[in-house]
Amino acid sequence: MISYDIVVIGGGPAGLAAAIEARNYGVKKILVLERDKELGGILQQCIHNGFGLHIFKEELTGPEYAERFITELKSLKIDYKINTMVLTITKDKTIHAVNPKDGYMVIQAKAIVLAMGCRERTAGAISIPGTRPSGVFTAGTAQRYINVEGYMVGRRVVILGSGDIGLIMARRMTLEGAKVLCVVELMPFSGGLTRNIVQCLNDFDIPLYLSHTVTNIKGKDRVEGVTIARVDENRLPIPGTEIDYDCDTLLLSIGLIPENELTVKAGAQIDMRTNGPVVNESMETTISGVFACGNVVHVHDLVDFVTEESRRAGRSAAKYVQKKLVEDGNEFKIEALNGISYIIPQTVRIDNVDKSLDLYLRVRNVYDRVKLVIKADQETIKEINKRHMAPGEMEHIVLSKDLLQEKSFERLTIEVKEGI
Amino acid sequence: MYDIVIIGAGIAGSFIARELSRFKLKILIVDRQNDVGNETTEANSAIIHAGYDAMADQLKGKFNAPGNKMFDTICDELDVPFKRIGSLVLGFNEDDRKTIQNLYNNGLKNNVPDMRILEKDEILQMEPKLNEDVVCALYAPTAGIIGAWEFAIASVENAMDNGVELELETEVTGIEKENFGYRIYTNKGEKDTKYIINCAGVYADVINNMVTEPYFSITPRKGNYYVLDKGLDLVNHIIFLCPTDKGKGVIITPTVHGNILIGPDSEFVNDKDSTATDVSGLRYVKERALLSSKAIPFNKVIRTFAGLRAHSDRNDFIIEEAKGAKGFINVAGFESPGLSAIPAVAQYVVNIMQKLTGGLIYKDNFNPRRRKTVCFNLLSDEEKKDIIKKNPMYGNIICRCETVTEAEIVDAINRNCGARSVKAVKKRTRAGMGRCQGGFCSPRVMEILARELGKDWTDIPYDSTKSYILTEETKRNQQDNDSKMGG
Repeated sequence: MISYDIVVIGGGPAGLAAAIEARNYGVKKILVLERDKELGGILQQCIHNGFGLHIFKEELTGPEYAERFITELKSLKIDYKINTMVLTITKDKTIHAVNPKDGYMVIQAKAIVLAMGCRERTAGAISIPGTRPSGVFTAGTAQRYINVEGYMVGRRVVILGSGDIGLIMARRMTLEGAKVLCVVELMPFSGGLTRNIVQCLNDFDIPLYLSHTVTNIKGKDRVEGVTIARVDENRLPIPGTEIDYDCDTLLLSIGLIPENELTVKAGAQIDMRTNGPVVNESMETTISGVFACGNVVHVHDLVDFVTEESRRAGRSAAKYVQKKLVEDGNEFKIEALNGISYIIPQTVRIDNVDKSLDLYLRVRNVYDRVKLVIKADQETIKEINKRHMAPGEMEHIVLSKDLLQEKSFERLTIEVKEGI
Repeated sequence: MYDIVIIGAGIAGSFIARELSRFKLKILIVDRQNDVGNETTEANSAIIHAGYDAMADQLKGKFNAPGNKMFDTICDELDVPFKRIGSLVLGFNEDDRKTIQNLYNNGLKNNVPDMRILEKDEILQMEPKLNEDVVCALYAPTAGIIGAWEFAIASVENAMDNGVELELETEVTGIEKENFGYRIYTNKGEKDTKYIINCAGVYADVINNMVTEPYFSITPRKGNYYVLDKGLDLVNHIIFLCPTDKGKGVIITPTVHGNILIGPDSEFVNDKDSTATDVSGLRYVKERALLSSKAIPFNKVIRTFAGLRAHSDRNDFIIEEAKGAKGFINVAGFESPGLSAIPAVAQYVVNIMQKLTGGLIYKDNFNPRRRKTVCFNLLSDEEKKDIIKKNPMYGNIICRCETVTEAEIVDAINRNCGARSVKAVKKRTRAGMGRCQGGFCSPRVMEILARELGKDWTDIPYDSTKSYILTEETKRNQQDNDSKMGG
């Protein structure tokens, strides 16, 4: 059996950052397993710029951002295997993986970092009525065909969902000569970043229809058209508001789902709100020594935040291997209340918090001029004024360790309160 | 000149071809689709019914239970996934109990073995996730689930191994009576044959009417279905609701691959190609299914689809030489339990052919066994290790949701009746059948198809040759190619 101190599953931005950080914290034997034919993950197909503003203070393309980490990984001589699929991981941290070169591998790790990323929601998942012809793509799959494989997927396009990939693909397809007829969003607000709405839709005169959805797909062999309709407050189509579009392509950008089949099989607890594993302050799952970071935990909107979170996971995995992580001691839970859809992490062992605790959360709706109220048990310990918050933009909150140590408590809650 | 042309490569045409390939006959199967089992066969409940519901005086009742018995051997020979998991028809009140008693009595007439009427406690012990209001159920342990399109594909492959020819995307446009038999006109030329077996599904009446006066009609009955993700641990048996005047009960069943299938509703439609799903049908399925179990996680739906059953105005199978057309055999009205009955029906058709031809001659070298397919995902760790050593392409996982390897896809392309489209690969290997619905693997499946078939990516269709996936190379790729040519 092969053995490593830390095995990182996934060689995208999360896995790369975690591996590099663990090495920088003194761990020697680290292995990164990547299922694709190159490192870098989904960044390799994100050829637009806008990556790295927080981490590098400059605007990079996806492949450039990835390349910096790949170069560092290689210069640190961290082992990695590409074309390698992990089949199972067990509670005692044994990893079963295959690739064409090494065959069937059983690898024993002292710590594991899960960094498998996420997948896209599909047409099937939302049961769009109509036929099932070719020409219905998730935005990410279309992005791969166009940017990596070098093929166009259609000429007249309707996009359902205003998630960031959908917005980026509206611009990308337009630049490649396709006609993007509209972007249709079920919710009364976009799930994407404001800058993407401006740069990818407004700049190209692509209409965005909020509170609309696709109610029918037509076409026997290839998509021949779709029908869209306005939806009511229960998100059900309103009869009489239908508009037909002649198009050959429907792109879907209707959400991302953390890819946790391995996590579930290993027995880690999953948070139904994030679809990712429950993690503590060290990004450790409910299985001791199994850490997780990036989109496998919760879907991020900026890769820079993935990198930050993954560095924390890498650092924690290193501490775990070096037996510096405090396994017991005071622990409190973090719970999302009114207006908050989720908070990462879900539990905190205060002894492992360095100077401050980073919390990441998403709100359920668009809010203007509200407060985030943070309570320890019943007592308000902090209020943060917010001019604007939207589900599409992740919120980052920093709480000092001192503040958290003033009193002992079991439950930290965060809620949205109207009015500043 | 063919001895027999079979029109339609659904489950009926496919398995009849396989049974006739035992004999010294020159046989051709034609189908308008770009794959076999690509219409009703790929969009049904995939159940091998025990045989208690069809009336004993009908062909449906006559062939269902005997057909059911034959599946163990057939699925072993053809390497088709099949599991006898048993079925339960649930009753929630005294009216239902009467219906269930009637089904039981009818089952006895049809010689359905081992049926029992169960009471609440035993039912909930067997299926804890069912609605607790259940009062009784008809249990038929011989009912099973099958890979329906795999069965058609395997049958045609085995038939081809034994000399049968297959022509796809071949649509019959007309048939003329000739002194030798029939001349069939298609979009791909004429086929002369002594006999025709019409297995054209919802179009069986149209084909029949090409040779003789209309004497039956086929009306498609559409049904919508949900497919749920794997690993849900919802039910272990095929769960039926009692049939009522509102229609045959909606089914909840595991599939042979571990998904949950829920459906269908039943709506007569005019359009013989209308397989679009519709909101009202899906809503009906959901409402009815929730009567059987309140625990169905509809947020785990990965796919919806609709299929057509070929309902005849005789309300039964039509398996006979057509009136006024000698040597033209109809296998029509082949709705449920057609799949369950097909082994027995095929024997019956062979008998018809024996009579018509004055006796068929067995081949000496008929091979009933299809070369086994490898399902990497189902191998033990040791077997996985060994098989990658023998062929490293088994170490290259293409479909991550279903753990399908490159070697399995290459094999699916290069067999008889091999895959020519992304969907055909999906039907044979399950690549793209999982929760991401081909999002990650479809580019790689295309790459393998293009390589194995010696085609460009842009020539690889999703299904029919008209269902293109890619339109052209991107500007950048075109420039690269131009500069390569220039330099």
